[in-house]
Amino acid sequence: MEAAEREGGVVTNMEAIRIENLTKYYGKARGIERVSLSVEEGEFFGFIGPNGAGKSTTIRTLLGLISPTGGHAVVLGYDIVKEKEKVLAGTGYLPSEAMFHPGMRVRDVLKFSADLRKKDCREAAAGLCERMQLDTSRKVDELSFGNRKKVAIVCALQHDPKLLILDEPTSGLDPLMQKEFFEILRERNEQGTTVFLSSHILSEIQHNCSRAAIIREGRILVCDSVEALSQSNARRVTVHGSVELAGLPGVRDRKESEGVISFLYSGDMKALLRTLAAGDVLDLSVSEPDLEEIFMHFYEK
Amino acid sequence: MTLIKHELRQGRLSLTIWTAAVGSLLVICIFLFPEMKGQMEGVNDVFASMGSFTEAFGMDRLNFGTLIGFYAVECGNVLGLGGAFFASLCAAGMLSKEEKDRTAEFLLTHPVSRRRIVTGKLLAVFVQIVAMNVIVYALSVGSIAAVGEEIPWKELNLFHLAYFLLQLELAGICFGISAFMRKGSAGAGLGIAAMMYFLNLVANITEAAEFLKYITPFGYCEGADIVADGCLDGGLVVVGLVLGAAGIAVAYLQYCRKDITV
Repeated sequence: MEAAEREGGVVTNMEAIRIENLTKYYGKARGIERVSLSVEEGEFFGFIGPNGAGKSTTIRTLLGLISPTGGHAVVLGYDIVKEKEKVLAGTGYLPSEAMFHPGMRVRDVLKFSADLRKKDCREAAAGLCERMQLDTSRKVDELSFGNRKKVAIVCALQHDPKLLILDEPTSGLDPLMQKEFFEILRERNEQGTTVFLSSHILSEIQHNCSRAAIIREGRILVCDSVEALSQSNARRVTVHGSVELAGLPGVRDRKESEGVISFLYSGDMKALLRTLAAGDVLDLSVSEPDLEEIFMHFYEK
Repeated sequence: MTLIKHELRQGRLSLTIWTAAVGSLLVICIFLFPEMKGQMEGVNDVFASMGSFTEAFGMDRLNFGTLIGFYAVECGNVLGLGGAFFASLCAAGMLSKEEKDRTAEFLLTHPVSRRRIVTGKLLAVFVQIVAMNVIVYALSVGSIAAVGEEIPWKELNLFHLAYFLLQLELAGICFGISAFMRKGSAGAGLGIAAMMYFLNLVANITEAAEFLKYITPFGYCEGADIVADGCLDGGLVVVGLVLGAAGIAVAYLQYCRKDITV
């Protein structure tokens, strides 16, 4: 399911982001190593990896907060080093931990952000604040983490950017707000905005993105459509009781202790259900494996 | 313009407090003068015979009994130290505070080049220093007139000009340092201002340390020299302004290529 198809036949071949062999070393410490990626215009792209994998380093390099040690990248058609201001003008960025200048009210922050972009965003800001249930008369220093996040969301969206870069966007937001937030993102995406969503929450990527890349220890492990990635995803099955798993293909990482069997399963679901039905199952849980297990899966390839 | 206005709003409390503190101390000193004038005959001799201490504050060459002599020592120390601390603190925090308060990520992901950020912040420092000096100068002139003394325009103007230049120099140096700092800039600012002040005291006391006058901006703010010469020491001022300009140049070079990692 490519972006071009979802937009109902409007084919856009422009790349919103093209990263080639981007490398960043902090002194001798690794940031990212030879990262290459391509995100098409209008795509909803996921960027998954555990903490410290290099997600934020990649994003910060794209936004010109840090300069690359090697390689280069083009965002919205502009070079990230030489034409940084043009990149930033078309981009809305939501940092994972938003902080604002002390003493300012929410509306001052929104106005300051719009003024720095030389744009009048009052109308868009008012609409977004209402949807995010954000009180603009509050002082930013008094806001909770979640409410600060909302301010950052409005700042990232109010100037109607062509590209949205979101770093761990849902941390701190309650489930209702998360839903509303993704609703807004989907609307923007349908209007043609490219969304680059960085997260360590797999389901967020699975439910919203068309394609995704997995990064670990500074390197891209895999970049594919979310469907393809999901199919290769195993499930963590935990059974209380006794089951005979011998002869069932696709079972890995099996752990057994006092009547509890836990394993990663990537085979046929029907075969699993038949096997379970034949056994003596007191309780059963089937869940997404955590990210670490998925990385193990990709390492085994 | 947006950034300058923003910085001025951010700094207005600090500016108000420092201006009020320095201004009110100056006013109090000036209002004490008429009462002290009568008793100064004896005091002058006492002050003149305190050896190194006398020399350190230039009191061997100034007459405490005259307004300008009194002003040069008392007000010189208040305005000199107060102004230097304010200018250093303001400049030292200007660039580094964005990383210390973790607001750099927000500010620098707007389509404004680093160079323009540095320029805006530099102008904000300049405007605040000018504002403080204009207010303090006005308070000073007003107070001298209020106590019924004749205003020594030439010396007064030279004093205030010298301290204004001193503040610009220190601000320039601290601004350069600010570009390298990520936190704790206040200590650096205060430390530099205090160090410069004491270097001048040392230079006053010891002949062998006179070269220190070329390092510290307090060298060209010496009240006794200004009263005696009727002008500022051009050589020292030029050296000072070059140091300040170097600080600013370093700030541009460093901040434009700095990695923002917080």
